[in-house]
Amino acid sequence: MSITVSFTLNGEPVSAEVDNHTLLVEMIRDQLGRTGTHIGCDTSQCGACVIHVDGRSVKSCTMLAVQAEGADVGTIEGVALNGKLHPMQEAFREYHGLQCGFCTPGMIMSALDLVQQNPDPSEQEIRQWLVGNLCRCTGYQNIVRAVRAGAQAMRS
Amino acid sequence: MYEFQYHRPASIDEAKKILADNDEAIILAGGMTMLPTMKLRLARPSDLVDLSAIDSLRGIRKDGKTIEIGAMTPHADVAGSSVVQSEIPALADLAGMIGDAQVRNRGTIGGSLSNSDPAADYPAAVLGLNAVIKTDTREIAADDFFKDLFETALGPNEIIQAVRFPKPKRAAYAKFPNPASRYAVVGVMIAETTDGIRAAVTGAGPCAFRATEIEAALAKDFSATALDGLTFDAGDLNDDLHASPEYRAHLVIVMAKRAVAAASV
Repeated sequence: MSITVSFTLNGEPVSAEVDNHTLLVEMIRDQLGRTGTHIGCDTSQCGACVIHVDGRSVKSCTMLAVQAEGADVGTIEGVALNGKLHPMQEAFREYHGLQCGFCTPGMIMSALDLVQQNPDPSEQEIRQWLVGNLCRCTGYQNIVRAVRAGAQAMRS
Repeated sequence: MYEFQYHRPASIDEAKKILADNDEAIILAGGMTMLPTMKLRLARPSDLVDLSAIDSLRGIRKDGKTIEIGAMTPHADVAGSSVVQSEIPALADLAGMIGDAQVRNRGTIGGSLSNSDPAADYPAAVLGLNAVIKTDTREIAADDFFKDLFETALGPNEIIQAVRFPKPKRAAYAKFPNPASRYAVVGVMIAETTDGIRAAVTGAGPCAFRATEIEAALAKDFSATALDGLTFDAGDLNDDLHASPEYRAHLVIVMAKRAVAAASV
Protein backbone atom coordinates (compact mmCIF):
# COMPACT_ATOMS: atom_id res chain seq x y z
CA MET A 1 0.00 0.00 0.00
CA SER A 2 1.47 3.33 -0.93
CA ILE A 3 1.43 6.38 1.23
CA THR A 4 2.73 9.91 0.81
CA VAL A 5 5.63 10.77 3.07
CA SER A 6 6.75 14.38 3.42
CA PHE A 7 9.68 15.81 5.28
CA THR A 8 12.32 18.49 5.06
CA LEU A 9 15.46 17.36 3.23
CA ASN A 10 18.47 19.62 3.60
CA GLY A 11 16.15 22.53 4.30
CA GLU A 12 13.74 21.92 1.44
CA PRO A 13 10.31 20.30 1.64
CA VAL A 14 10.12 17.00 -0.22
CA SER A 15 7.52 14.28 -0.54
CA ALA A 16 7.16 10.97 -2.32
CA GLU A 17 4.83 8.02 -2.65
CA VAL A 18 6.30 5.05 -0.84
CA ASP A 19 5.21 1.68 0.50
CA ASN A 20 4.93 1.17 4.24
CA HIS A 21 7.97 -1.07 4.06
CA THR A 22 10.12 1.32 2.01
CA LEU A 23 13.30 2.12 3.90
CA LEU A 24 14.22 5.74 4.41
CA VAL A 25 17.47 5.23 2.49
CA GLU A 26 15.53 3.81 -0.46
CA MET A 27 13.21 6.80 -0.54
CA ILE A 28 16.14 9.21 -0.37
CA ARG A 29 18.13 7.46 -3.09
CA ASP A 30 15.51 6.02 -5.43
CA GLN A 31 12.62 8.46 -5.16
CA LEU A 32 14.35 11.70 -4.23
CA GLY A 33 17.48 11.02 -6.29
CA ARG A 34 19.98 11.97 -3.58
CA THR A 35 22.50 9.19 -4.02
CA GLY A 36 25.22 10.58 -1.76
CA THR A 37 23.84 8.41 1.03
CA HIS A 38 25.18 4.91 0.37
CA ILE A 39 23.93 1.43 1.10
CA GLY A 40 26.85 -0.71 2.18
CA CYS A 41 25.67 -3.67 4.21
CA ASP A 42 21.92 -3.04 4.53
CA THR A 43 22.14 -4.79 7.92
CA SER A 44 22.69 -1.75 10.20
CA GLN A 45 26.37 -2.42 10.67
CA CYS A 46 28.49 -0.45 8.22
CA GLY A 47 27.23 3.11 8.63
CA ALA A 48 27.54 4.08 4.95
CA CYS A 49 23.90 5.20 5.12
CA VAL A 50 24.22 7.51 8.13
CA ILE A 51 22.14 10.67 7.82
CA HIS A 52 20.69 13.13 10.32
CA VAL A 53 17.07 12.95 11.43
CA ASP A 54 15.97 15.81 13.67
CA GLY A 55 19.59 16.62 14.36
CA ARG A 56 20.74 13.13 15.31
CA SER A 57 22.76 10.67 13.28
CA VAL A 58 20.84 7.53 12.33
CA LYS A 59 21.29 4.63 9.98
CA SER A 60 18.81 5.26 7.21
CA CYS A 61 18.74 1.57 6.23
CA THR A 62 17.23 0.85 9.64
CA MET A 63 14.43 3.33 9.52
CA LEU A 64 11.22 3.22 7.54
CA ALA A 65 10.46 6.13 5.26
CA VAL A 66 7.09 6.53 7.01
CA GLN A 67 8.92 7.08 10.30
CA ALA A 68 10.47 10.23 8.85
CA GLU A 69 7.12 11.92 8.24
CA GLY A 70 7.44 15.55 9.28
CA ALA A 71 11.09 15.19 10.26
CA ASP A 72 14.06 17.40 9.53
CA VAL A 73 16.37 15.19 7.46
CA GLY A 74 19.95 16.03 6.56
CA THR A 75 22.15 14.17 4.08
CA ILE A 76 25.67 14.66 2.79
CA GLU A 77 24.33 16.78 -0.08
CA GLY A 78 23.31 19.43 2.42
CA VAL A 79 26.65 19.72 4.19
CA ALA A 80 28.55 21.99 1.79
CA LEU A 81 27.45 25.61 1.92
CA ASN A 82 27.17 27.79 -1.19
CA GLY A 83 29.39 25.50 -3.20
CA LYS A 84 32.11 25.55 -0.55
CA LEU A 85 33.11 22.37 1.26
CA HIS A 86 32.20 22.18 4.94
CA PRO A 87 35.28 22.27 7.23
CA MET A 88 34.77 18.58 7.99
CA GLN A 89 34.66 17.73 4.27
CA GLU A 90 37.70 19.91 3.70
CA ALA A 91 39.53 18.05 6.49
CA PHE A 92 38.74 14.66 4.90
CA ARG A 93 40.25 15.99 1.67
CA GLU A 94 43.24 17.58 3.34
CA TYR A 95 44.09 14.54 5.49
CA HIS A 96 43.17 11.99 2.85
CA GLY A 97 40.47 10.54 5.09
CA LEU A 98 39.20 8.37 2.28
CA GLN A 99 40.47 5.77 -0.12
CA CYS A 100 37.63 4.42 -2.24
CA GLY A 101 35.25 6.97 -0.73
CA PHE A 102 32.29 4.65 -0.29
CA CYS A 103 32.05 5.05 3.48
CA THR A 104 32.88 8.77 3.42
CA PRO A 105 29.37 10.28 3.43
CA GLY A 106 28.42 8.16 6.44
CA MET A 107 31.71 8.94 8.17
CA ILE A 108 31.19 12.66 7.72
CA MET A 109 27.55 12.63 8.85
CA SER A 110 28.53 10.59 11.89
CA ALA A 111 31.51 12.85 12.65
CA LEU A 112 29.31 15.96 12.45
CA ASP A 113 26.98 14.47 15.05
CA LEU A 114 29.97 13.77 17.29
CA VAL A 115 31.29 17.31 17.00
CA GLN A 116 27.94 18.91 17.75
CA GLN A 117 27.93 17.01 21.06
CA ASN A 118 31.64 17.12 21.76
CA PRO A 119 33.39 20.01 19.98
CA ASP A 120 36.88 18.81 20.93
CA PRO A 121 36.88 15.01 20.80
CA SER A 122 40.03 13.09 21.67
CA GLU A 123 41.41 10.43 19.36
CA GLN A 124 39.93 7.74 21.59
CA GLU A 125 36.51 9.42 21.66
CA ILE A 126 36.54 9.64 17.86
CA ARG A 127 37.43 5.96 17.53
CA GLN A 128 34.72 4.99 20.00
CA TRP A 129 32.15 7.13 18.23
CA LEU A 130 32.97 5.68 14.82
CA VAL A 131 32.49 2.02 15.83
CA GLY A 132 29.32 2.05 13.76
CA ASN A 133 31.10 3.25 10.62
CA LEU A 134 33.15 0.68 8.76
CA CYS A 135 35.81 1.49 6.16
CA ARG A 136 36.50 -1.53 3.97
CA CYS A 137 39.77 0.02 2.84
CA THR A 138 40.70 0.10 6.56
CA GLY A 139 41.73 3.72 6.22
CA TYR A 140 40.91 4.54 9.80
CA GLN A 141 44.13 6.36 10.74
CA ASN A 142 43.52 9.18 8.33
CA ILE A 143 39.79 9.24 9.02
CA VAL A 144 40.49 9.81 12.70
CA ARG A 145 43.06 12.52 11.84
CA ALA A 146 40.54 14.14 9.52
CA VAL A 147 37.80 14.19 12.15
CA ARG A 148 40.16 15.77 14.68
CA ALA A 149 41.22 18.40 12.17
CA GLY A 150 37.63 18.96 11.05
CA ALA A 151 36.50 19.45 14.64
CA GLN A 152 39.31 21.92 15.21
CA ALA A 153 38.43 23.85 12.05
CA MET A 154 34.78 23.96 13.13
CA ARG A 155 35.79 25.46 16.49
CA SER A 156 37.83 28.22 14.94
CA MET B 1 10.44 -7.04 4.08
CA TYR B 2 6.92 -8.40 3.94
CA GLU B 3 4.12 -5.89 3.63
CA PHE B 4 2.35 -4.56 6.70
CA GLN B 5 0.06 -1.78 7.82
CA TYR B 6 1.74 1.10 9.62
CA HIS B 7 0.16 2.98 12.51
CA ARG B 8 1.47 5.84 14.58
CA PRO B 9 -1.06 6.28 17.39
CA ALA B 10 -1.02 9.43 19.52
CA SER B 11 -2.03 7.71 22.75
CA ILE B 12 -1.59 4.44 24.64
CA ASP B 13 -5.32 3.77 24.39
CA GLU B 14 -5.23 4.12 20.64
CA ALA B 15 -2.21 1.82 20.45
CA LYS B 16 -3.95 -0.77 22.63
CA LYS B 17 -6.99 -0.72 20.37
CA ILE B 18 -4.93 -1.34 17.25
CA LEU B 19 -3.09 -4.18 18.98
CA ALA B 20 -6.37 -5.69 20.21
CA ASP B 21 -7.95 -5.50 16.76
CA ASN B 22 -5.04 -7.15 14.96
CA ASP B 23 -3.72 -10.50 16.19
CA GLU B 24 -0.47 -10.23 14.30
CA ALA B 25 0.27 -6.60 15.17
CA ILE B 26 3.63 -5.79 16.73
CA ILE B 27 4.84 -2.74 18.59
CA LEU B 28 7.59 -0.69 16.99
CA ALA B 29 9.76 1.19 19.49
CA GLY B 30 13.17 2.32 18.21
CA GLY B 31 13.21 -0.46 15.64
CA MET B 32 16.87 -1.32 16.09
CA THR B 33 16.05 -5.02 16.38
CA MET B 34 12.55 -5.13 14.92
CA LEU B 35 13.40 -3.61 11.53
CA PRO B 36 16.51 -5.77 10.87
CA THR B 37 14.45 -8.81 11.89
CA MET B 38 11.73 -7.85 9.42
CA LYS B 39 14.28 -7.15 6.70
CA LEU B 40 15.55 -10.70 7.13
CA ARG B 41 11.93 -11.88 6.91
CA LEU B 42 12.23 -13.49 10.32
CA ALA B 43 9.15 -11.59 11.44
CA ARG B 44 5.94 -10.98 9.55
CA PRO B 45 3.69 -8.64 11.50
CA SER B 46 0.38 -7.68 9.91
CA ASP B 47 0.61 -4.26 11.51
CA LEU B 48 3.36 -2.14 13.02
CA VAL B 49 2.29 0.09 15.88
CA ASP B 50 4.88 2.86 16.12
CA LEU B 51 4.86 4.40 19.61
CA SER B 52 7.09 7.35 18.71
CA ALA B 53 4.25 9.90 18.65
CA ILE B 54 3.21 9.21 22.25
CA ASP B 55 5.05 11.99 24.04
CA SER B 56 4.29 10.72 27.54
CA LEU B 57 6.49 7.68 26.88
CA ARG B 58 9.61 9.76 26.48
CA GLY B 59 11.71 11.54 29.08
CA ILE B 60 13.73 11.21 32.26
CA ARG B 61 12.27 12.28 35.58
CA LYS B 62 13.81 12.39 39.03
CA ASP B 63 11.40 11.62 41.81
CA GLY B 64 13.01 11.64 45.24
CA LYS B 65 15.45 8.75 45.31
CA THR B 66 14.33 7.21 42.04
CA ILE B 67 14.85 7.97 38.38
CA GLU B 68 12.01 7.19 36.02
CA ILE B 69 12.82 6.70 32.36
CA GLY B 70 10.06 6.69 29.76
CA ALA B 71 9.94 3.55 27.62
CA MET B 72 10.58 5.42 24.36
CA THR B 73 13.61 7.31 25.67
CA PRO B 74 16.59 6.58 23.43
CA HIS B 75 19.82 5.24 24.91
CA ALA B 76 21.69 8.42 23.93
CA ASP B 77 19.36 10.49 26.12
CA VAL B 78 20.01 8.25 29.13
CA ALA B 79 23.77 8.24 28.51
CA GLY B 80 23.82 12.03 28.13
CA SER B 81 21.40 12.91 30.91
CA SER B 82 23.00 15.02 33.64
CA VAL B 83 20.40 13.70 36.09
CA VAL B 84 21.24 10.06 35.37
CA GLN B 85 24.97 10.82 35.32
CA SER B 86 24.83 12.37 38.77
CA GLU B 87 22.27 10.05 40.41
CA ILE B 88 23.09 6.65 38.85
CA PRO B 89 26.30 7.03 36.85
CA ALA B 90 26.47 3.26 36.28
CA LEU B 91 23.22 3.48 34.33
CA ALA B 92 24.43 6.36 32.17
CA ASP B 93 27.68 4.47 31.52
CA LEU B 94 25.82 1.31 30.52
CA ALA B 95 23.53 3.21 28.14
CA GLY B 96 26.60 4.79 26.53
CA MET B 97 28.08 1.36 25.85
CA ILE B 98 25.10 0.04 23.88
CA GLY B 99 25.71 -0.66 20.20
CA ASP B 100 27.00 2.36 18.31
CA ALA B 101 26.08 6.04 18.30
CA GLN B 102 23.34 5.58 15.71
CA VAL B 103 21.76 2.67 17.58
CA ARG B 104 21.83 4.76 20.76
CA ASN B 105 20.08 7.60 18.93
CA ARG B 106 17.12 5.40 17.93
CA GLY B 107 17.05 2.40 20.25
CA THR B 108 14.88 2.68 23.38
CA ILE B 109 14.91 1.20 26.86
CA GLY B 110 11.36 -0.12 26.50
CA GLY B 111 12.17 -1.80 23.22
CA SER B 112 15.33 -3.38 24.59
CA LEU B 113 13.57 -4.78 27.65
CA SER B 114 10.54 -6.06 25.73
CA ASN B 115 12.83 -7.86 23.32
CA SER B 116 15.03 -9.30 26.09
CA ASP B 117 17.87 -10.17 23.80
CA PRO B 118 20.21 -12.45 25.78
CA ALA B 119 23.16 -10.16 24.94
CA ALA B 120 21.45 -6.79 25.49
CA ASP B 121 22.85 -4.42 28.13
CA TYR B 122 19.71 -2.91 29.68
CA PRO B 123 18.49 -6.17 31.25
CA ALA B 124 21.62 -6.17 33.44
CA ALA B 125 20.84 -2.62 34.56
CA VAL B 126 17.22 -3.35 35.36
CA LEU B 127 18.01 -6.53 37.25
CA GLY B 128 21.17 -5.26 38.94
CA LEU B 129 19.66 -1.99 40.09
CA ASN B 130 16.38 -3.64 41.16
CA ALA B 131 14.26 -1.48 38.89
CA VAL B 132 10.51 -1.66 38.46
CA ILE B 133 8.95 -1.98 35.03
CA LYS B 134 5.78 0.05 34.75
CA THR B 135 3.36 -1.15 32.08
CA ASP B 136 -0.06 0.12 31.08
CA THR B 137 -1.68 -2.33 33.51
CA ARG B 138 0.77 -3.07 36.37
CA GLU B 139 4.21 -2.81 37.86
CA ILE B 140 6.64 -5.70 37.43
CA ALA B 141 9.68 -6.18 39.66
CA ALA B 142 12.91 -6.76 37.74
CA ASP B 143 13.30 -10.12 39.49
CA ASP B 144 10.02 -11.29 37.92
CA PHE B 145 10.52 -9.81 34.45
CA PHE B 146 13.07 -11.87 32.52
CA LYS B 147 11.80 -15.39 31.83
CA ASP B 148 13.84 -16.96 29.05
CA LEU B 149 15.38 -16.37 25.63
CA PHE B 150 13.47 -13.38 24.17
CA GLU B 151 10.76 -14.10 26.73
CA THR B 152 9.52 -11.73 29.44
CA ALA B 153 6.65 -11.46 31.90
CA LEU B 154 4.85 -9.08 29.52
CA GLY B 155 1.43 -10.28 28.45
CA PRO B 156 0.12 -10.00 24.90
CA ASN B 157 -0.30 -6.34 23.97
CA GLU B 158 1.05 -5.15 27.30
CA ILE B 159 3.03 -1.93 26.78
CA ILE B 160 5.96 -0.82 28.91
CA GLN B 161 5.45 2.82 29.86
CA ALA B 162 8.47 3.52 32.01
CA VAL B 163 11.22 1.99 34.10
CA ARG B 164 11.85 3.19 37.63
CA PHE B 165 15.37 2.88 38.98
CA PRO B 166 16.02 3.34 42.70
CA LYS B 167 19.29 5.11 43.36
CA PRO B 168 21.88 2.58 44.56
CA LYS B 169 24.53 3.34 47.17
CA ARG B 170 27.10 2.48 44.54
CA ALA B 171 27.10 0.53 41.30
CA ALA B 172 29.09 -0.13 38.15
CA TYR B 173 28.71 -2.09 34.93
CA ALA B 174 31.54 -3.92 33.19
CA LYS B 175 31.14 -5.47 29.80
CA PHE B 176 33.17 -7.62 27.46
CA PRO B 177 31.73 -6.54 24.11
CA ASN B 178 31.71 -8.49 20.93
CA PRO B 179 34.11 -6.33 18.90
CA ALA B 180 31.86 -6.30 15.84
CA SER B 181 28.35 -5.95 17.23
CA ARG B 182 29.16 -4.37 20.63
CA TYR B 183 26.63 -6.75 22.17
CA ALA B 184 27.73 -8.15 25.50
CA VAL B 185 29.55 -11.46 25.30
CA VAL B 186 29.24 -11.04 29.05
CA GLY B 187 28.20 -7.95 30.99
CA VAL B 188 27.87 -7.66 34.75
CA MET B 189 26.15 -4.96 36.80
CA ILE B 190 27.19 -4.89 40.43
CA ALA B 191 25.18 -2.72 42.81
CA GLU B 192 25.04 -2.09 46.49
CA THR B 193 21.42 -1.20 47.09
CA THR B 194 19.45 -0.45 50.24
CA ASP B 195 18.31 -4.08 50.09
CA GLY B 196 21.78 -5.55 49.73
CA ILE B 197 24.24 -6.50 47.03
CA ARG B 198 22.98 -7.38 43.58
CA ALA B 199 24.98 -8.91 40.73
CA ALA B 200 23.17 -9.15 37.39
CA VAL B 201 24.67 -10.91 34.40
CA THR B 202 23.76 -10.46 30.74
CA GLY B 203 25.17 -12.12 27.63
CA ALA B 204 25.99 -15.35 29.42
CA GLY B 205 22.65 -17.14 29.67
CA PRO B 206 19.31 -17.30 27.81
CA CYS B 207 18.29 -14.09 29.56
CA ALA B 208 19.69 -11.80 32.24
CA PHE B 209 20.04 -13.44 35.66
CA ARG B 210 21.42 -12.74 39.12
CA ALA B 211 24.63 -14.43 40.20
CA THR B 212 23.85 -15.30 43.81
CA GLU B 213 27.32 -16.75 44.47
CA ILE B 214 28.86 -13.39 43.60
CA GLU B 215 26.29 -11.52 45.68
CA ALA B 216 27.03 -13.71 48.71
CA ALA B 217 30.78 -13.20 48.42
CA LEU B 218 30.42 -9.44 48.03
CA ALA B 219 27.97 -9.19 50.94
CA LYS B 220 30.79 -10.38 53.20
CA ASP B 221 33.43 -8.21 51.60
CA PHE B 222 32.70 -5.68 48.86
CA SER B 223 35.99 -5.90 47.03
CA ALA B 224 37.30 -7.44 43.83
CA THR B 225 39.60 -9.71 45.84
CA ALA B 226 36.53 -11.21 47.55
CA LEU B 227 35.88 -12.93 44.21
CA ASP B 228 39.37 -14.44 43.97
CA GLY B 229 39.13 -18.19 43.57
CA LEU B 230 35.37 -18.07 42.94
CA THR B 231 34.35 -20.12 39.91
CA PHE B 232 31.11 -19.84 38.02
CA ASP B 233 29.25 -22.91 36.78
CA ALA B 234 29.28 -23.02 32.97
CA GLY B 235 26.46 -25.58 32.89
CA ASP B 236 23.56 -23.44 31.65
CA LEU B 237 25.52 -20.77 29.81
CA ASN B 238 25.30 -19.93 26.12
CA ASP B 239 27.47 -21.72 23.59
CA ASP B 240 27.90 -19.99 20.24
CA LEU B 241 30.59 -18.95 17.79
CA HIS B 242 31.53 -15.99 19.96
CA ALA B 243 32.35 -17.86 23.16
CA SER B 244 32.09 -21.25 24.85
CA PRO B 245 30.13 -21.69 28.09
CA GLU B 246 33.42 -22.13 29.97
CA TYR B 247 34.83 -18.90 28.57
CA ARG B 248 31.63 -17.06 29.46
CA ALA B 249 31.76 -18.48 32.99
CA HIS B 250 35.30 -17.16 33.31
CA LEU B 251 34.24 -13.77 31.96
CA VAL B 252 31.40 -13.53 34.49
CA ILE B 253 33.93 -13.47 37.33
CA VAL B 254 36.34 -11.16 35.50
CA MET B 255 33.62 -8.66 34.60
CA ALA B 256 32.20 -8.85 38.14
CA LYS B 257 35.64 -8.00 39.54
CA ARG B 258 36.02 -5.07 37.17
CA ALA B 259 32.56 -3.78 38.09
CA VAL B 260 33.28 -4.08 41.82
CA ALA B 261 36.57 -2.24 41.37
CA ALA B 262 34.84 0.51 39.38
CA ALA B 263 32.02 0.79 41.93
CA SER B 264 34.52 1.06 44.77
CA VAL B 265 36.28 4.14 43.43
